[in-house]
Amino acid sequence: MSGLLSVAGLAKSYGAIKAVDGVSFEVEPGEILGVIGPNGSGKTTLFNAVLGQTKPTAGNVRFDGRDVTGWSPLALARAGLGRTFQTLQVFGGLSVRDNLIVAAQEAEGSLAGRLFAAPELGLGARAEEMIGLFGLGHVASLKAGALSYGQQKLVDIAMAFMGRPRLVFLDEPAAGVNPRLIGELGDLLRRLNAERDATFVVIEHNMEFVMSLCHRVLVMAEGRVLKVGKPEEIRADPAVLEAYLGV
Amino acid sequence: MTAGRWRLLGVLVLIAVLLAFPFFLRNYGLNLYARWALIAAAGIGLNLTVGYAGQVSLGHAAFLGFGAYLSAFAIKAGWTMWPAIPAAALLCFVVGLALGFPALRVQHHYLAFATLGFNALVFLAMRNEEWLTGGNYGIQRILRPVVFGWSLRDSFSYAYVCLGVLAVIAAIAWWILRSPWGRAFAALRDNPIRAESLGVNVRAYTLLAFAIGGALAGIAGVFFAPLIGYIDPHMFSGLVSIDLLLIVIVGGSGRFIGPLLGAAVGVLLPEWLRFMGDWYLVAFGALVLALMAWCPTGLAGLPERVATLLRPAPRDPAERAT
Repeated sequence: MSGLLSVAGLAKSYGAIKAVDGVSFEVEPGEILGVIGPNGSGKTTLFNAVLGQTKPTAGNVRFDGRDVTGWSPLALARAGLGRTFQTLQVFGGLSVRDNLIVAAQEAEGSLAGRLFAAPELGLGARAEEMIGLFGLGHVASLKAGALSYGQQKLVDIAMAFMGRPRLVFLDEPAAGVNPRLIGELGDLLRRLNAERDATFVVIEHNMEFVMSLCHRVLVMAEGRVLKVGKPEEIRADPAVLEAYLGV
Repeated sequence: MTAGRWRLLGVLVLIAVLLAFPFFLRNYGLNLYARWALIAAAGIGLNLTVGYAGQVSLGHAAFLGFGAYLSAFAIKAGWTMWPAIPAAALLCFVVGLALGFPALRVQHHYLAFATLGFNALVFLAMRNEEWLTGGNYGIQRILRPVVFGWSLRDSFSYAYVCLGVLAVIAAIAWWILRSPWGRAFAALRDNPIRAESLGVNVRAYTLLAFAIGGALAGIAGVFFAPLIGYIDPHMFSGLVSIDLLLIVIVGGSGRFIGPLLGAAVGVLLPEWLRFMGDWYLVAFGALVLALMAWCPTGLAGLPERVATLLRPAPRDPAERAT
């Protein structure tokens, strides 16, 4: 039990409703873990409880050997935990390049030091690399708010990896994205994983996307873990089929 | 020429015009010009808070007031106005930090009311603490400075002093906004939750946005008192804060040039429309309404607005349909 992230008995209740009810799982370095489950099964609440957006009512979260239960999103970000949100979250008034730079700049030097540092803080090259990787070269100087939904989604995801976090949580990266771009997105995430050892946890409803991308899949139902296993095991499990696919 | 070159050329032309302007003005015009420069400088401070960092403030006249009163105290004490500059910057920075705390809890119109409350408090202190501020009567006969035997008391010289203040404040704001702080302020404005998840210290930058915006307005305030020659609390009331916010929004919130344009409207229009008497406010209000409805990006966004009307936006051929 020495994963990069280890969640044990995590629970979050709203009054009598147990949105997350004793969830435990591990994430190993270099792994892609998928989280699936019907609407209302507690996936996003699980993310929020792990990532400091809401305080868990019980259980604990260990990241990289440290107990980070109840840490603020800021502290978790500094510790190397990145995330995207279910809805698009880019800085619309900034250029794509600046969106990427701001996503990494706060880890460079001190607050006061940054006032007197070079405007790009030496992050220009890394931003260009991301722009190239995500195919955003022709829109790099445009304001992110002016891009199409699909392009903003790419910027959104690129931002999460820009600060070289140890682990990234992606909340429905393929939602609302057209099929061709979903394919490109899957390839990108696989490349980030294979070439840079990027480790991430993905919530997703698109089964094909999850099954082809993830090394392991965790199935949630009614706030609990129904099953964890390899994609082919999940696909074949009758309990999963019943809870999730309703057949 | 590249866009950067055009911009540089524009800035140089603007500086040349601003430097030449006082030669064509007489006393009344020079005082208006100086007033424009200081209001624009205070507006640059407010624009940093409102336009760049996205924190609504209806308390900015209080900072102008702190600077003006400190300046008046210093001049009356025979120390000249110069020590009032660092004092005002420091006081406004610290008070600005404190004013930022409500912004950590509430946003938008709730924050507007919290900051307006702060302004009301400062106004009452200025009016009631007569032993210090002279109360409603204010402080009279605040003389302009003489530097090394060189008098800056005439309106022509003082107009250039005020232009210098505007230049220095614009340079400071430009420096801050082009640094990584500027990017962090924009992130805070556009999406604080995402910003925090990327390691941006939202708390620190929110407080800094108020502190820096306040300090810049405080410095402008120091020069405001000798310009008018007297001060009283009504010059720094919540109504003036509303005017300042309007100036930033009419000029173009979040645009560097915005406060300069907005201040021109806010300072000159009341003079031009003086013949209308009480109807002036109606005309001003209608103008602001029309501008906001037709061009919400303010005067600074007007050229782009006109450009988009004249030609349809080119479609990006590589745009991915969703």
